[in-house]
Amino acid sequence: MDMVFQLLFQGIGIGSVYALVALGFVLIFRATNVVNFAQGEFSMVAAFLMVIFSVDLEWPYWISFLLSLGGMAIYGALFNLGVYFPLRHRTYLPVIISTIGASILVSNSTLALYGPQPQVLQPLLDFPGFNIGTVYLDAQYLLIIGLTVVLVAFQYWFFEHTLLGKKLQATSQDKEMASLLGIPVATMIMLTFVYSAMIGGLAGILVAPILFVSIHMGGTIALKAFAATIIGGFGDVAGAIIGGLALGVIETFGAAYVSVPYKDGFAFLVLVAFLVFRPQGIFGERVAEKA
Amino acid sequence: MSSMIEIYRASAQRKQRGLLAYIALIAVLVYVAATTTFDGYVTNILMQAVTYSVAVMGLTVVLGLCGQINLAQAAFFGLGAYAVGLGTVDYGLSYWICMGLGLIVVLGFGAFLGTSTIRLGGHYLAMVTISFQQILTLVMINWIPVTHGPDGVSRILKPTLFNTPQSYLAFCVVVLAVVGYLVWQLPSTKLGRAMRAVRDNELAAGVTGIDIQRTKVTAFAICALLGGLGGGLFAGGFSYVSPDQFSFAESIVFLTMVLLGGVASPIGAVIGTGLLILIPEWLRFLKSIPGLYLAIYGLAVILIVLFMPDGIWGFVVQRFKSLRGALRLSAELPELTLVQTQSHADDVLVVDNLAKHFGGLKAVDDISFIVKRGSVHALIGPNGSGKTTTLNVLSGLYTPTAGAVKLDGQDITHFAPHERTASGLGRTFQNIRLFRSMTALENVIIGVERPGNPVDHAPIALEGRARAALNFVGLGDRADELVTSFSYGHQRLIEIARALAGNPTLLLLDEPAAGLNSTEKMELRDLLKRIAAKGLTILIIDHDMTLVSEVAEHITVLNFGRRIADGDPVSVLNHPDVVTAYLGSDANAAH
Repeated sequence: MDMVFQLLFQGIGIGSVYALVALGFVLIFRATNVVNFAQGEFSMVAAFLMVIFSVDLEWPYWISFLLSLGGMAIYGALFNLGVYFPLRHRTYLPVIISTIGASILVSNSTLALYGPQPQVLQPLLDFPGFNIGTVYLDAQYLLIIGLTVVLVAFQYWFFEHTLLGKKLQATSQDKEMASLLGIPVATMIMLTFVYSAMIGGLAGILVAPILFVSIHMGGTIALKAFAATIIGGFGDVAGAIIGGLALGVIETFGAAYVSVPYKDGFAFLVLVAFLVFRPQGIFGERVAEKA
Repeated sequence: MSSMIEIYRASAQRKQRGLLAYIALIAVLVYVAATTTFDGYVTNILMQAVTYSVAVMGLTVVLGLCGQINLAQAAFFGLGAYAVGLGTVDYGLSYWICMGLGLIVVLGFGAFLGTSTIRLGGHYLAMVTISFQQILTLVMINWIPVTHGPDGVSRILKPTLFNTPQSYLAFCVVVLAVVGYLVWQLPSTKLGRAMRAVRDNELAAGVTGIDIQRTKVTAFAICALLGGLGGGLFAGGFSYVSPDQFSFAESIVFLTMVLLGGVASPIGAVIGTGLLILIPEWLRFLKSIPGLYLAIYGLAVILIVLFMPDGIWGFVVQRFKSLRGALRLSAELPELTLVQTQSHADDVLVVDNLAKHFGGLKAVDDISFIVKRGSVHALIGPNGSGKTTTLNVLSGLYTPTAGAVKLDGQDITHFAPHERTASGLGRTFQNIRLFRSMTALENVIIGVERPGNPVDHAPIALEGRARAALNFVGLGDRADELVTSFSYGHQRLIEIARALAGNPTLLLLDEPAAGLNSTEKMELRDLLKRIAAKGLTILIIDHDMTLVSEVAEHITVLNFGRRIADGDPVSVLNHPDVVTAYLGSDANAAH
């Protein structure tokens, strides 16, 4: 039984990371109607920025942390300008391909600069964790879960109770109408990319001490976050969070009880099952076809 | 002036000369491949280019023709390669049997993934294919007893018939040449036109009688098949396969190859594949820094998408388009005939207590009317009266909440759009839905190819009928132009010609006068009268009272989802409820 709680704790911890990245996915999807296949690289780049600032330059941890998030804001803006914005009037296909190109470009540039050796990043807290009964609660996992809760609450408040949040919502629902009402749509999309890069980056920094910092971390995280969004119901914020947590738990239990080598396969099996049997996800509604 | 048959013969001769030239070119290439002894390095590069090209042509079909994304081509390639590898090495089977089995397996997986396109578009499909790719990679690496795991399969045999590298390369070139020819011909076949129609406008494709699901699944299966074939050839050529050769990254390589060369043509596939195999060899010096080459590669992908959306071959074709001499001969066309169905029942369309509710909104509430054979029947009503909803229920885009629809005695209430078309329903759209990458002629040929159309389906007859239909609406001399070069009014005429060419039992016209100027409206009125004179039954939905009162013999009026009047034009247009619905009541007028 303790084993079950231990796995549940770890599953929710890693699931929170997927949920954060999924959140970034959903925000960009809602604002631009395209899926960003370079979402995972947001996490990877942030983790490497953290390595540069705190390990290579040996700057204090919290300053490095803030600088990395700031760097991600700039990265999100550049990403929008280079990869999405020029293609905004084309169909989804060129955009998918261009984000895939960006993903290859960014991860391999990092490989060229840093080499294939995974980097180690210290946890954010000095304190390692504690036991409740025989269940060991690792501090890093607790931190991830806690920050996810805070961020989700913040995001809810931001979108529902601030003018900027409402403008962003308006943009994602109907760009034409939003621009007729005087909302600067291009700026709103830019902000969405910036914010999405920052939460993706935060997820990357948080998970780095657990997974090692490598150029492959982005791809794995992104695919699972994408799976999480489909499981939750595409475009649905609550769905992305639930989907992320569910996936983390399924995967952790799958690895413990079924097979370790196929750990990364469970996400895809669940994904395919959902796509075949319930493509609208847990929360999503089926969108009627327009005549 | 010459007859259709002469024109057709001239074009057939031209095609035949092209084919002969192609065969001659391939014969030279095969001769060179079979007789020249290259060093191992060159043979390997050629072998890779040829086998990859076969797989990339699969993407030409699925992405270029059908507009569907596939990010798992390396997985299909890998399945084909492992079938040949494991079959010949572990089980001692002959190369040909392994290849055959591999293709069956690949076809099965391709069709399975293709069926997921039925319910899922764009991004979902991308994700399903990625998932398939990832799972397959995991299986290749971890199912060690069967797949040999990360070590891969070595000492794969070539078929005894082509046991030397030269002869095997020549064999691969022949396979590529055949595949290339078939893919080249595909767009102008019925299947190819259906794929292009699905890509251009899925809704219109269904309504013109194309089975969208079957078309997409077929495209996917062909893509997978070519992937597997390429992989099987690859395994024989290199004698060694391992999981990392068939990873997700390789799927992206395949995708980039087809994009770089141009998705529209198999020539693009060969150009793209050749370049992306040669460029890494030229950039070998970059490989001293790991990742640098791939980084440049990723950048190239973005730049291609940004600046060369049609790929290299598309770019070349654009440049030299004007130089290509078009085959232009004017022909005496036969008069368009409209074949009537066997049934001679008086009622062509029976709408019986039809209802369509959207949640609490009763868009259409208990409507009944009958369209008589050979009549022009109009369905009118103010905005929001439920006209368009009725039409969408009739053409199968919406499922009715209650009621039944009978066409020529057949209950079509639960038919899919393409099945209704097969039963004899033809329609046009208020917002024109033509296949925009095709010529007027090709659009109308798709109309002629309507399943159940009782005419000759031989290519020459198809083209003749399509030209006659275009001639009937007055656009016969512009048949070979792209539809995008026509004015709005003329595009509407092409849509009508597309519907007429299919010999519908009933022609549904959704606001045909919308957006037309007064001259075009007069032309449309005359055209409708000429169609009616041929005895075709027409149901027209429109706001334009002048048009409706001039052409219609019978009018049904809707308001707020209910039928408020039904009868001949004079009595209906003087009906007090109709006057109120259109002009408002006296009580309202007093304000």
